[in-house]
Amino acid sequence: MSQEKIIEVKNLSKKFGSFTAVDNISFDVYKGEIFGFLGANGAGKTTAMKMLIGISRPTSGEVTVAGYDVKTAAEMVKKSIGYMSQRFSMYDDLTIKENITFFGGIYGLSRNKIKEKTAQLVSELGLEDAVDKLVGDLPLGWKQKLSFSVALLHEPKIVFLDEPTGGVDPITRRQFWEMIYAEAHKGTTIFVTTHYMDEAEYCDRVSIMVEGHIEALDTPKNLKQQFNVESMNDVFLKLARNVE
Amino acid sequence: MKRFIGFVTKEFYHIFRDKRSMFILFGMPIAQIMLFGFAITNEINNVNIAILDKSKDTKTQKIINKISASKYFYIEQEISSEYQIESIFKKGKVKAVLVFENHFVKNLQTQKQAKVQVITDATDPNIANTITNYVNAILQNHTQEINNTNQPAYQIQTQTQLYYNPELKSVFTFVPGVMTVILMLVSAMMTSISITREKELGTMEVLLVSPLNPLQVILGKVFPYIFLSIINATVIVVLGVFVFGMPIEGSILLLAFESILFIITALSLGILISTLSNSQQTAMMISLMGLMLPVIILSGFIFPLSSMPLPLQVISNIIPAKWFIIIIKAIMLKGASIEIIWKETLILIGMTLFFIVLSIKKYKIRLE
Repeated sequence: MSQEKIIEVKNLSKKFGSFTAVDNISFDVYKGEIFGFLGANGAGKTTAMKMLIGISRPTSGEVTVAGYDVKTAAEMVKKSIGYMSQRFSMYDDLTIKENITFFGGIYGLSRNKIKEKTAQLVSELGLEDAVDKLVGDLPLGWKQKLSFSVALLHEPKIVFLDEPTGGVDPITRRQFWEMIYAEAHKGTTIFVTTHYMDEAEYCDRVSIMVEGHIEALDTPKNLKQQFNVESMNDVFLKLARNVE
Repeated sequence: MKRFIGFVTKEFYHIFRDKRSMFILFGMPIAQIMLFGFAITNEINNVNIAILDKSKDTKTQKIINKISASKYFYIEQEISSEYQIESIFKKGKVKAVLVFENHFVKNLQTQKQAKVQVITDATDPNIANTITNYVNAILQNHTQEINNTNQPAYQIQTQTQLYYNPELKSVFTFVPGVMTVILMLVSAMMTSISITREKELGTMEVLLVSPLNPLQVILGKVFPYIFLSIINATVIVVLGVFVFGMPIEGSILLLAFESILFIITALSLGILISTLSNSQQTAMMISLMGLMLPVIILSGFIFPLSSMPLPLQVISNIIPAKWFIIIIKAIMLKGASIEIIWKETLILIGMTLFFIVLSIKKYKIRLE
């Protein structure tokens, strides 16, 4: 992991009327790391992430992603990032090939590049026989892996994963994390939100959001030491209790 | 541009793979035009009537022959007393009974007048009304014939001429009406559903994170429906002309231009609806209740606006369909050119701009 900052967040806030969803948070993400963005439901992690990927405007604060300011250079930010939403984000009524062609197309990939990527992707996932099948007919685990691969189609510098493993079985989750590792190994930065605490252990560093604030940010090992507990789950519980 | 083509291709996959969409797009226009053209009609043909002839003389027989010779009436039975009238109405066998008074000929000769009573079953008021008018017309016609030979002292004759639709064919109002309803349905409802579907599935988020800008997303979603609506409008006009003998007196080019304008109006309404709703069901409900009903009721399609209470007449002005129906009727039936319908055209353009501006504003708020 290098010390080159790829995401810089300074004093970021988001208010909805009188409610402050994200309250003055600051953090950096380094190139090539797997950054876990944790928090209970309603802690503000989705709101914060939406500001990083440019679909929600910050009330105040600065965000730089891949060297571009999200306020002034949103287009450049969008070209540098990949995104996989917590809801399945492909079209069920399109085949695997059509989905790949579509998403490759909107990121401006050339026809040859799309062909090459399609071949590579289906062979990696072992989906050669299913390439002309509708995505809706695939099991959820496959859909999830496919979604991840499609988010990486345009070789983004950073990929944002919003609760990517919701609702899939443990084996698939394991395989999914292997894919994430492999991608991080290539130098892609992974920004992942999750509420599975065992997954937090796989991250290089994690931040834990509670009620709009970042309450902790360090490697899983250091956090466990700091709070003097055995697992990330306990770290999380301790933090949540402190606030109450 | 390549991105745009890719996007539109994807939209066509969505449409062609969804049976429901395909039905609404292609089954509906043909079914509706056929239904309105053949089944629903204001004209009467071969209506069953009964005759109660108390006089039974040469004059009444002549009139009865005349009535039965017309294609509008079929004499189902002759009855002998007033008591039978109720029972045959209740059985629903006949829609009207003609009663000739006693001494018909004698009265004509001595008092210079005789009476025919027309009793109609008014459970269907429109038909009852039409029957009365038709019978009147036949009787008047007959009186005139007699008077021509007898030379009365004084007489005013009305000469009626029906312009633009001399045979009073109801198809002439239904074709423009159905076209308006279908274009509204396809353009507004289908686009609002297809946009909200992306929201519901979560794919809208993915599209917004991509380098496509929101305008490209919306245009990409709307474009296929412009294309399909144009095909639909063409199908309806072609059916109207070749199956029902609807004339196109004016310029086809102007008709095409106005139709495309209305399609864009409807699409902008569809976009507006999609910014207001987050689920397909809400979009469908808003489209059906908020658009379809006013289009059918307040546009002058079925119910004449001029006979509505003033408040409804005022409200009808904000319904784009009203203006479009005026425009296409003027072009198809009266052969109107743009100098005659420029006002209605401007209103439609103004409405479209208003909807687009409003959608953009709403859309921005959603992105905040």
